[in-house]
Amino acid sequence: MTILNVDNITMQFGGLKAVSDLKIDISEKEIVGLIGPNGAGKTTAFNMITGVYKPTLGNVYFKDVNITGIKPHEITKLGIARTFQNIRLFKELSVLDNVLIANHLRLKSGIVASVLKTPAYKKEEKHIYEKSLQLLEDVGLLDLINEKAENLPYGKQRRLEIARALATEPQLLLLDEPAAGMNPQESLELMEFIREIRDKFDIAILMIEHHMQVIMGVCEKIYVLDYGVTIAQGSPENIQNDPKVIEAYLGVE
Amino acid sequence: MKKHRVLTALAVVVIIGLLGVFNLTFDSYRLRILNLCGVYVVLGLSMNLINGFTGLFSLGHAGFMAIGAYVSSLMTMSPELKDTVFYAVPINPFVKAMSAPFPIALLMGGIAAGILGALIAAPILRLKDDYLAIATLGFSEIIRVVATNLQSITNGALGLKGIDRVTNTGWSWGIAILTIYFMKKLMDGSYGKAILAIREDEIAAEAMGISLFRHKMYSFAIGAFFAGIGGGLLAHMLGTIDPLMFRFILTFNILLIVVLGGIGSITGTVISACVVTSMMEVLRFLEGKMDFGFFEIQGIPGMRMVVFSALLMSVILWYPRGLMGTSEFNWDFILEKKYLKLFKKKKTVSEEK
Repeated sequence: MTILNVDNITMQFGGLKAVSDLKIDISEKEIVGLIGPNGAGKTTAFNMITGVYKPTLGNVYFKDVNITGIKPHEITKLGIARTFQNIRLFKELSVLDNVLIANHLRLKSGIVASVLKTPAYKKEEKHIYEKSLQLLEDVGLLDLINEKAENLPYGKQRRLEIARALATEPQLLLLDEPAAGMNPQESLELMEFIREIRDKFDIAILMIEHHMQVIMGVCEKIYVLDYGVTIAQGSPENIQNDPKVIEAYLGVE
Repeated sequence: MKKHRVLTALAVVVIIGLLGVFNLTFDSYRLRILNLCGVYVVLGLSMNLINGFTGLFSLGHAGFMAIGAYVSSLMTMSPELKDTVFYAVPINPFVKAMSAPFPIALLMGGIAAGILGALIAAPILRLKDDYLAIATLGFSEIIRVVATNLQSITNGALGLKGIDRVTNTGWSWGIAILTIYFMKKLMDGSYGKAILAIREDEIAAEAMGISLFRHKMYSFAIGAFFAGIGGGLLAHMLGTIDPLMFRFILTFNILLIVVLGGIGSITGTVISACVVTSMMEVLRFLEGKMDFGFFEIQGIPGMRMVVFSALLMSVILWYPRGLMGTSEFNWDFILEKKYLKLFKKKKTVSEEK
């Protein structure tokens, strides 16, 4: 079943078409890659899907609901979570708090109940706490829960950001360059990690990545953007042999 | 954790006991400073919620205080008293009929300020940083100008006089302790954490499903509510209020407390509220006549503020986030002798240098 259907979206900034007529289809539990040279419009596409930008033309459907023009926090509530290219953790707060905060959107109690610590709120809080600890254990950060997020090493900050996104209980996770700045060993671990979370949480994943080994190793379907135009799509093998893709990355003789 | 709770309960009992002793032994001048400290704790905490925890640079506090002060005072004044005070322009009959005992009047003052805070939040919270500061400052001036010109309700520039001076140590510190408790519980809970997340990174907070507008409005309305309560307490301590009282300088005094104590620390704000309020009085001698033997200074009004300006500058230079930063008082700090670690750490850092 299709979970995300991006229907011909275009983003125009003044005279510049950052993305034109982008079409993406993602099925449940699928891992999809979005690649392209710098400035191809990949992050712009992410920003349109998550509601940061409203597409100039076209619509985005999530589980057959039109989510075009909805505010980012409402889209997260519907089940799309994301990470950022340049990590955006709540730096001054602890690792545990970072994950607890991501559970806030599912909280049913009101602000007065939270101050009065009513039994219903306490129950919810306990549930959130246990869930967050479980999640941190799953991503291997359980021994660091009281550490400030900014003190974590780079690779663990990436993991924490993914854990935080998972805490919002998404059905679709968007990863913006998760392997950026990682060495080959860390990249391999990340590939493994991405497959693990897909299987464990039963979610679909759309990722932007420059690291070809990661993309080819983990993705089932790949879209290639160049100057905002989709120049190729298909399985990793097809993409690798596509002359247009080779031209975009390496140029022509 | 249980140990901590017992200790906290004990500390509260000790503090209440101490306040009781002060209440009996202090002369009226010192008692007034003590009560003023309590009021400024409430005001400082309310501003800290907006400026420190949520990271909204708001300068509208004097306006919210004015609302709280006027609403609560008009409710506690008797109709006969109102008639004598409003001798220039006759009082609005509805306002004349308004009457309630002090606790309810105080609460109504806070609620009025809170509702107004929520209402102006809608247009104002689209702004950020300096622009937000300018808009809130403008709002606070609007309130003052309206209070000056709405003579049938506020008695204009003449102000309200003869308000019952009911704010005693019990009221001011009772409400201060309640406010501390409220802020602590709020910031420990899920909503408090969401508010902190907005301060840390708005874009990430929104991507985590936190509605920026809703949570900023909560913070703004709660901050305004407590500012209104503080204004009401102040009015019932001074016994007289007029629009000139609620000028920008009042907001500045509270901002000074928040910045000195630690932007985003309840403990810091409480300590700094007491220290700054007491120093305001202690430093009064600076404004009097001073004899240095070889030359004499005639009293210069405003000399006190020079000291505070110097203090503020040094704090900003050496402790940019205030004396306490974002840290809070913690029993572990005393019980497990963590304060010793603090000194040790400092030593190693200086040795490395």
